[in-house]
Amino acid sequence: MGQCCCDGLKTEAEEIIKVTGVGKEKTIPILQEIQSRKGYIPEDLLNKVAEITGIPESKFYGVATFYSQFRFTPLGKYLIKVCNGTACFVSGADILFDTLSELLGVEDGETTEDGLFTLETVACLGCCSLAPVVMIDGRVYGKQSVDSIRKLIAKIREEEKTAAGEGV
Amino acid sequence: MSDTIVKVGLGSCGIAAGALDVFNHLEKDVKGSFHLHQTSCIGLCFAEPIVEVHRGDERTVYGNVDIKFAEKIMEGISTGQLPAENRVLEEENASKYLKRQVKFALKNCGIIDPESIEEYLERDGYKALEKAVSTMTPDKIIEVMKDSGLKGRGGAGFLTGQKWDFLRKAKGEKKYLVCNADEGDPGAFMDRAILEGDPHTVIEGMTIAAYTTGASEGYVYCRAEYPLAVKRLKKAIADAEEKKFLGSNILGKDFSFHLHVKEGAGAFVCGEETALIASIEGGRGMPHLRPPFPAESGINNYPTNINNVETYANVSNIIYNGAESFNIYRSKNSYGTKVFALAGKIKNVGLVEIPMGLTIREVVEEIGGGSSTGRKLKAVQMGGPAGGCIPESLFDTPITYEDINATGAIMGSGGLIVMDETSCMVDVARYFLQFTQLESCGKCTFCRIGTKRMLEILTRITEGEGTLSDIDLLESLSDHVGRTSLCGLGQLAPNPVKTTLKYFRDEYLAHVKDKKCPAGVCRSLIEIKIDAEKCTGCTACVRVCPVNAISGERKQPHVIDQEKCTRCGMCIEKCRFDAIDRF
Repeated sequence: MGQCCCDGLKTEAEEIIKVTGVGKEKTIPILQEIQSRKGYIPEDLLNKVAEITGIPESKFYGVATFYSQFRFTPLGKYLIKVCNGTACFVSGADILFDTLSELLGVEDGETTEDGLFTLETVACLGCCSLAPVVMIDGRVYGKQSVDSIRKLIAKIREEEKTAAGEGV
Repeated sequence: MSDTIVKVGLGSCGIAAGALDVFNHLEKDVKGSFHLHQTSCIGLCFAEPIVEVHRGDERTVYGNVDIKFAEKIMEGISTGQLPAENRVLEEENASKYLKRQVKFALKNCGIIDPESIEEYLERDGYKALEKAVSTMTPDKIIEVMKDSGLKGRGGAGFLTGQKWDFLRKAKGEKKYLVCNADEGDPGAFMDRAILEGDPHTVIEGMTIAAYTTGASEGYVYCRAEYPLAVKRLKKAIADAEEKKFLGSNILGKDFSFHLHVKEGAGAFVCGEETALIASIEGGRGMPHLRPPFPAESGINNYPTNINNVETYANVSNIIYNGAESFNIYRSKNSYGTKVFALAGKIKNVGLVEIPMGLTIREVVEEIGGGSSTGRKLKAVQMGGPAGGCIPESLFDTPITYEDINATGAIMGSGGLIVMDETSCMVDVARYFLQFTQLESCGKCTFCRIGTKRMLEILTRITEGEGTLSDIDLLESLSDHVGRTSLCGLGQLAPNPVKTTLKYFRDEYLAHVKDKKCPAGVCRSLIEIKIDAEKCTGCTACVRVCPVNAISGERKQPHVIDQEKCTRCGMCIEKCRFDAIDRF
């Protein structure tokens, strides 16, 4: 017989706990493991993990909502983080953010309708010598300007279009 | 030719600037003509990517190396004629940069391969640990640490030897050590650079602390945004365990210390020690009232000691070379060296380590090379969101705990951001308040609501809606938030406001009374206009405007739609005819 989705969920929850171990001090590592697999914290999976570990759901939600790392909605294909550290701030990070926000039609933390981009600000990426800095999918782009960031987004969109064209 | 060594700086900053591409390119072409090594941040962030060529005693440092220039270097190695351009440490400016510095905590950063325990051992690595466990009693170590005068480098500035003594004397079946690597101050990257560049020195410092205090287990609580630091630290821990510098029966003695890495999840308040402990225990990172201090009741109610990365990075050097090697650098009651992350409108952005007592001006102008924009410098911000802005008129203040505190700022963990005339100090205060307001855990009423009200007032002022009574209200709220908050976050949150009110009150008044922003930053208070006489209609501004606020026929004067304009100023920078300006 084929597995129903609940079995899949249970298997995945068990795999997660196997990696992190069980215990009340493991709430953050468990949430981090879920997010690294899924890109966000899916409610059903979290509830299953809570059920298996015996740690109350409320405890998980309390912790997950406290830390800025955790999100409850899926990410876009590209995660754009605009650094808002002090060095970037004095070098015009807000202008970069406004440009991206206008270009993508989303606010901080939102994902574009086509699911391609999620836009976020981040406290500091620690690459202050390259300010202002934008990170796209883990890669840092330093010394950005309105011009360069627009070109970067246009390039990604172009690549996506080409890839989609080839797919048809 | 094989005595030639080529080193590429692969810290996060360098990698972001393209150093990994350069490294990979060089790796393809090594062919036995030189040895290729990776190292980490040497501190010259302004010139990343950095490639060093060592031939015998001769050392040549190249900055801003791209793949094309890397090929030129390789060519130079094979012909014996190294390129003369792009050398960063040979100009006059650069010699001052090095002369004023003392590398104590950063002794290995940018020199060794951080992923090689052998290279650490070659530079007297783990010899301090050997000396400690085989020739020194814990009391003797505490005495040396106290003599050295080392104070906690995370910001609080508490005497490290004293702190260790508390844990040593605390009673408990088990004791913990924590290394606070939750470097959250925006604009600070000292701890990241140390962990990425020399992880073993932190491990060695912690192991010596464990031996001294009787701790058997430890955590490095590292910010999640630092993946490279976490990776290198984990490798270093595994290597140290294999060589018996860490783990069970360290160096064959009856002494064990197990070290784990704990990744934070993004909460600035977790830099506060009781919040950090709550986070390690798996809960929401909220501070609690002290006492009990962590030395009595910390992780799982066991005695715990917490020091910051830079503090631990100083330990091995102090133990191996004696307290005098550190306290020889002294000014007033501040001893040793301090690492700073220089950033902002300064030429030599990077990581520097200075002896106590150097003045702000010496750091900014001699080491930092002065203004990067050619504009006049206005202030430095020290201590991040808990710190304050020190005006140019006080740049002759010596950098000591006592003198910096007297200005209203704090030494902090080491972020030092330089601002020029284009920074609006009211806006800077608003920026920091926005940060602390967002990061307040919400436990204390004045921190939760008071910072929110302060932020609203500052926003109002920057939007030209402020009144004179708002300034009084800001001052009174600053006082209340500071006095009624439980932890450092709330207690120090008003500092950016207090210092800007103290030193830049005229800017507040200009915003409130004249509805003007003297620095031309606050967008509601300025208009950007095109001078029709000067405009040639080249359309350069149209193309750069992020919000499509500029219109006009080609070769005809353009106009800016003030409704749409966000006053970003991109058009001003782009205009080649000086036709656009702020009013």
